[in-house]
Amino acid sequence: MKTDRIFRAVLYAGGAFVALLVLLAFLSLCHASWLSLKKFGIKFILSREWDPVNEKFGALPFIVGTFMTSIIALIISLPFSISIALLLGVYLREGFIKKVLTYATDLLAGIPSIIYGFWGLFFLVPLVRKLEMKLGVLPYGVGILTASIVLAIMIVPYTSSIAREVISMVPGDIIEAGFSLGATTREIIFGIILPYARSGIFAGILLAFGRAFGETMAVTMVIGNSNCMPKSIFCPANTMASVIANEFTEATKDIHLSSLIYIGLWLFLFTFAINLLGNLVIKKFRVEVKNE
Amino acid sequence: MGDKILKIENFYAGYGHTWVLRNINLEIPEKKLTAIMGPSGCGKSTLIRCINRIHELNPEAIYRGHIYLNGKDIYKMHPTIVRRKIGMVFQKPNPFPTMSVYENVIAGYILNGIKLKKEEKDKIVEDALKKAFLWNEVKDVLHRKGTFLSGGQQQRLCIARALAMKPEILLLDEPTSALDPKATSRIEELIVELKKTITIVMVTHNIAQAVRVSDYTAFIYLGELVEFGPTEKVFAAPERKETEEYLVGKFG
Amino acid sequence: MNSRNRVVKDNLFKLFVFLLAALSILPLFLIIFQTVRNGISAINPEFFYKLPKPPGESGGGILNSLVGSFMLVILATAFSVPIGTLTGIFIAEVRNSFTELLRTLVNILQGLPSIVIGILAYLWVVKPMGGFSAISGAVALAVMMLPVIIKTTEETVRLVPFTLREASFSLGATYTKTIIKIILPASARGILSGIIVGTSRIIGETAPLLFTAFGNPFVNLNPMKPTDALPLLIFNYAMSPYEEWHKIAWGASLVLIIVVLGLNLLLKMVGKRWETKF
Ligand SMILES: Nc1ncnc2c1ncn2[C@@H]1O[C@H](COP(=O)(O)OP(=O)(O)OP(=O)(O)O)[C@@H](O)[C@H]1O
Ligand SMILES: [Mg+2]
Repeated sequence: MKTDRIFRAVLYAGGAFVALLVLLAFLSLCHASWLSLKKFGIKFILSREWDPVNEKFGALPFIVGTFMTSIIALIISLPFSISIALLLGVYLREGFIKKVLTYATDLLAGIPSIIYGFWGLFFLVPLVRKLEMKLGVLPYGVGILTASIVLAIMIVPYTSSIAREVISMVPGDIIEAGFSLGATTREIIFGIILPYARSGIFAGILLAFGRAFGETMAVTMVIGNSNCMPKSIFCPANTMASVIANEFTEATKDIHLSSLIYIGLWLFLFTFAINLLGNLVIKKFRVEVKNE
Repeated sequence: MGDKILKIENFYAGYGHTWVLRNINLEIPEKKLTAIMGPSGCGKSTLIRCINRIHELNPEAIYRGHIYLNGKDIYKMHPTIVRRKIGMVFQKPNPFPTMSVYENVIAGYILNGIKLKKEEKDKIVEDALKKAFLWNEVKDVLHRKGTFLSGGQQQRLCIARALAMKPEILLLDEPTSALDPKATSRIEELIVELKKTITIVMVTHNIAQAVRVSDYTAFIYLGELVEFGPTEKVFAAPERKETEEYLVGKFG
Repeated sequence: MNSRNRVVKDNLFKLFVFLLAALSILPLFLIIFQTVRNGISAINPEFFYKLPKPPGESGGGILNSLVGSFMLVILATAFSVPIGTLTGIFIAEVRNSFTELLRTLVNILQGLPSIVIGILAYLWVVKPMGGFSAISGAVALAVMMLPVIIKTTEETVRLVPFTLREASFSLGATYTKTIIKIILPASARGILSGIIVGTSRIIGETAPLLFTAFGNPFVNLNPMKPTDALPLLIFNYAMSPYEEWHKIAWGASLVLIIVVLGLNLLLKMVGKRWETKF
C-alpha cells in the first residue's frame, strides 16, 4: 500500500537523520579544528605548552590531567561500587535496606553534576586543604585529588549497577554447589562470583571511565584551572573538558578556538574508543554467559 | 459436500529453507466447520496462517501454490483485503490492551480507517457481542479496558472482534487451549451456533472437541494432508494407518 | 583449615562490605543536607518571581533562569521526541545492517561528553546565527536527550507482544495503522517514561549551555536571544566571590534537586498508572 511505503520511508528518514547527525558531529569537529590540526598535527597531544598569548598550543597537560583524575577516581570508587553490587546482588535478598540502597544509588546518579561541583567547592575543597596543610604541601584545596574524589562519588552508581547486573548473571547452581561444599560467603565471592564476573565488571569499569573522562562541570569547579603540567595529585590542573569550558567563550583568536575544538575532537575520539571497548566487552560477556 | 468456499491447491509453506507443508490440496465447504488435526509441529498453524496471509509476516516465511477464495486467488489480492474477508482468532486471547471492550469490537473499523456514525457503531458492537455470547456479560462495562475481562471472556471478545468485520471465513487456532473447561464449553456452544452462518476452520488438539463441533476433519501428518472427510467417517473408519495410530494413541 | 577463623573472616568481610556501601551513599545525604541547610533561607516567594540583584544587595530571585530552563526543556523535548520516537520504532522494527550500525551510532551519541555537544551546537547554530541563543542551547540539550528517547522507545516497542500485531493484521489493518493505532499506544507508557528520564538528564546540564544559551540576567522569551538556565545560574553565582550570590546559588541548587527528585517520583508514578496489561 502507498501509505505503508511512505511510512517506511519516513522511518528510514528518521534513522538516516540520526546517523547523519553522528557523522556530521565528527566532520564538524574535524572541520572546525582544521586550523590547529594543520599547524600542530599529531604533535598537538604530545606538546606540553599551552600559551594562547604566543599562540603555542599543546594538549598534553590536559590529557595527563584527564587520565589522572579519571584513573584515580576509578581506583577510589572501585571498592565502594563493588561493595554496593555485592550487597545488592549477594548479601541482601528483598527487604527495606535493599530498596533504600537501590533508590539512593539511583538518586546519586540523578543529581546534576553542577551540584556535585558546587558541593565539592564548598565542602570538599576545605577538607582537602586541611589535609594538604597536614601533609605540608601547598594548600590549594582545589586540584587533581579533589576532582578525583568528586568524580569517584559520581561514578559509583555506574560501576555498581553494571557490576550488579553482571553478578546477577552468575548461575545460581554453581553458587549453590559452592555452598554445599561448605564454603563461606566470602570464599564464594572471591572463589566463584568475582572470577566469573571479572570481564563484566571490567566492562563496567570501562564505561564508568568513559563517563569520568568527559565529565565537565564538577571537575571545572574544583580542579583549579591551571594549564601547567600536573606534577602531583595535589596540583591544580585542567582536564580536556574543563579547559574547553573555561576558555571557549574567552578565545578571541581563531587558532585558540580551533585548538580548543581540536581538544574536543580528541575527547570525542578517546571517549568513543573507551565506550566502544566497554560495550564490546559487555556484549562478549553476555554471549559467553548465554552459551554456557 | 455442499459448496466449496475455499480451495487450496498444491500448496507448500515453510520457514527459511525448509518446507513445513508439502503439496496440500484441500477444499473447504461453505458454512461448515472443518477441524484440522495432527500431531504437534506437523504444520497446522502454518496452514491456517497461510489462509489469511498472516504467515508472510514472518520474515523467514516461504510459500508456493494457490489458495482460492470463491474462485479468486488470494495471493493475487492485496493481503489487507484477504484478511478482512478471512478473520482469525488465536490460541491466547489477545484483546488490544489500550482499547475498551467497545473499541476492541470495532477495532477492525478503526484500524481500517472506516468512519462510522455512532448508531452504526453501537449496532455493530451489539450484534457482534450478541453473536459471541458476550453481550449480557459486558453490556455494562463496554467502556472498560478489554484486558480486565476473564480469559474466556477475552477470547469471546476476540471472536466478536473478528465477527464485527463480517468475514466470510473464521479461522480459529486452538481457541480453547488456554482456557478452563467451563470457558471452553461456552466457546464450543458459541462455535456450534456460529457455523450456521459462517465457514469455520479450526485447529484443535482435542479429539473430543473435534467430534463435538466439527462437520469435516482434515488430518495432517509430517506436513502432508493424509486424510480428509466427514468427521464421523474419519473417526470411525480412518483410511490411513497414521490417522488411526494418532486417534488410538490419543484415546488410549 | 581452622573453621572458626574462616567464619570470623567471613563476618569481618561482610561488615566491611556493609560499611563501604554505607559510606558510598553518605555523600548523597551530605549533599542533600547541606543544600537544604544553605538553600532554605534563600527561598521565599520573591525568589521565584524576582530577578537577581546586583552584588552587595541582598534578596532577589531567579525568575530569569526558571523561565529559561523551562523554555529550553520544552524546546529540546519538541526537537528530540518526534525524531527519537521515529528512530526508536525504526530500530525496533527493521532488522538489517543499517539499523545495526544505527544502534552503535546511538551508543556513540549517548557516550559523547556534554561539552563536546556544546561545541557542536556552537558550530551548528551559534556560528551561523551570529550569536548565542536559547535555540542553540535547546539543540544541544535535544542531542543529549535523543539517545534516551530512542533507546526507551526501542525497548518498549520490542516488549509489545507479537500476538497484538497478528491480531491487528488479521483484521486487515495496514502496517502503518498497526504501528500507529496498536503498537504506539501500547508503548505510550514507556515512551513517556523515556521523556521523563530524558528531561531529568538535561534539566541539570550546564556544560552544553556555556557557549550556546550563554546566560542572561533578564527574563527572555525569545528563542533567538540568549537565555539563562538554572544550572548556568548556579555555576555563575557559585564561582562568584560574593556571599549573597552563593546563597542564591544554594537556593537554586535546592530548587534543582527538588525538580530532579520530583521527576524521579513522577517516573515511578507513570510506571504504575500507565501500565498496560498484556
Ligand atoms: N517462526 C518459525 N520459524 C521457523 N520454524 C518454525 C516457525 N514456526 C514454526 N516452525 C516450525 O514449523 C513446523 C510447524 O509448526 P506449526 O506451528 O505450524 O505446527 P502446529 O502443527 O501448529 O503445532 P502445534 O500443535 O504445536 O501448535 C514446526 O516443526 C516448527 O518447528
Ligand atoms: Mg499450532
